[in-house]
Amino acid sequence: MKLLIVDDSLIMRRAIERSAGRSRFSEIHTATNGLLAVEMFARHRPDVVTMDITMPDMDGLSAIDLILKQNPAANILVVSALADKGTAIEAVKRGALGFLLKPVTAESVHNAIENILSD
Amino acid sequence: MEETILKIFAQSVTRYFATVANGEAVLGTPYLAGSDESVAFDFSAVIGITGSHRGNIYYTAPREKLRSLLPLIGETEPDDRLCAELVGEITNTISGNAREQLGGAFMISTPFIIEGGPLHVRAARDTTCYILPVTWNQHRSRVLVSLHQTPVNS
Repeated sequence: MKLLIVDDSLIMRRAIERSAGRSRFSEIHTATNGLLAVEMFARHRPDVVTMDITMPDMDGLSAIDLILKQNPAANILVVSALADKGTAIEAVKRGALGFLLKPVTAESVHNAIENILSD
Repeated sequence: MEETILKIFAQSVTRYFATVANGEAVLGTPYLAGSDESVAFDFSAVIGITGSHRGNIYYTAPREKLRSLLPLIGETEPDDRLCAELVGEITNTISGNAREQLGGAFMISTPFIIEGGPLHVRAARDTTCYILPVTWNQHRSRVLVSLHQTPVNS
């Protein structure tokens, strides 16, 4: 299984990588903005994508649109600090399968990814 | 307006430390930043605010505090690069979480990270800058809030 972690924060990329578990994913790729995420998705075809929203060059919501154009069945989990209900609703409307609010714990990331994979 | 905004950021900071550090952050009484006061610790980050409000949110913390926090999020070899990244992520999180009360029109930028001092606080015109002291695990840090509400018809 492959995981793509999209976040402009190195701290978050490393935290999600640790939480997701190397045993679950044989390949883990990372991207620092939405534009790179779309490229990486096309190249690696990951089973799960974790997606931040506030990023330079292209935000996460726009990246979700472009990834789902490539693969409408893509499994996308949004991991964001934006706590207004409107953002979570918008992410799900666009096709994200889940929304995890920062700050996160290793357990909350692990559980959110497992939930997406079990659906 | 200031009191409401400061309460919102106090809640965001409290939530951050309760979740990540599994411990209580003690918040001091907010006070006005003086123009000649040195407010920076070793690492600072600033986030620009547009939309319903205009201004900046800062978080500044000493190296020792950040190095104490990093192992709690799984970083076993804390260094200055990770300290800088962490101060940016904390600023991003407490600013983004404020949208729970302030709504989606409270637009936040990506964080800009500053190492060392002095920290030149850019207060918008007719806007005062408040400092919210934060103590966690005997380490001091500060949230700086410099915001004004955008007129509805602007």
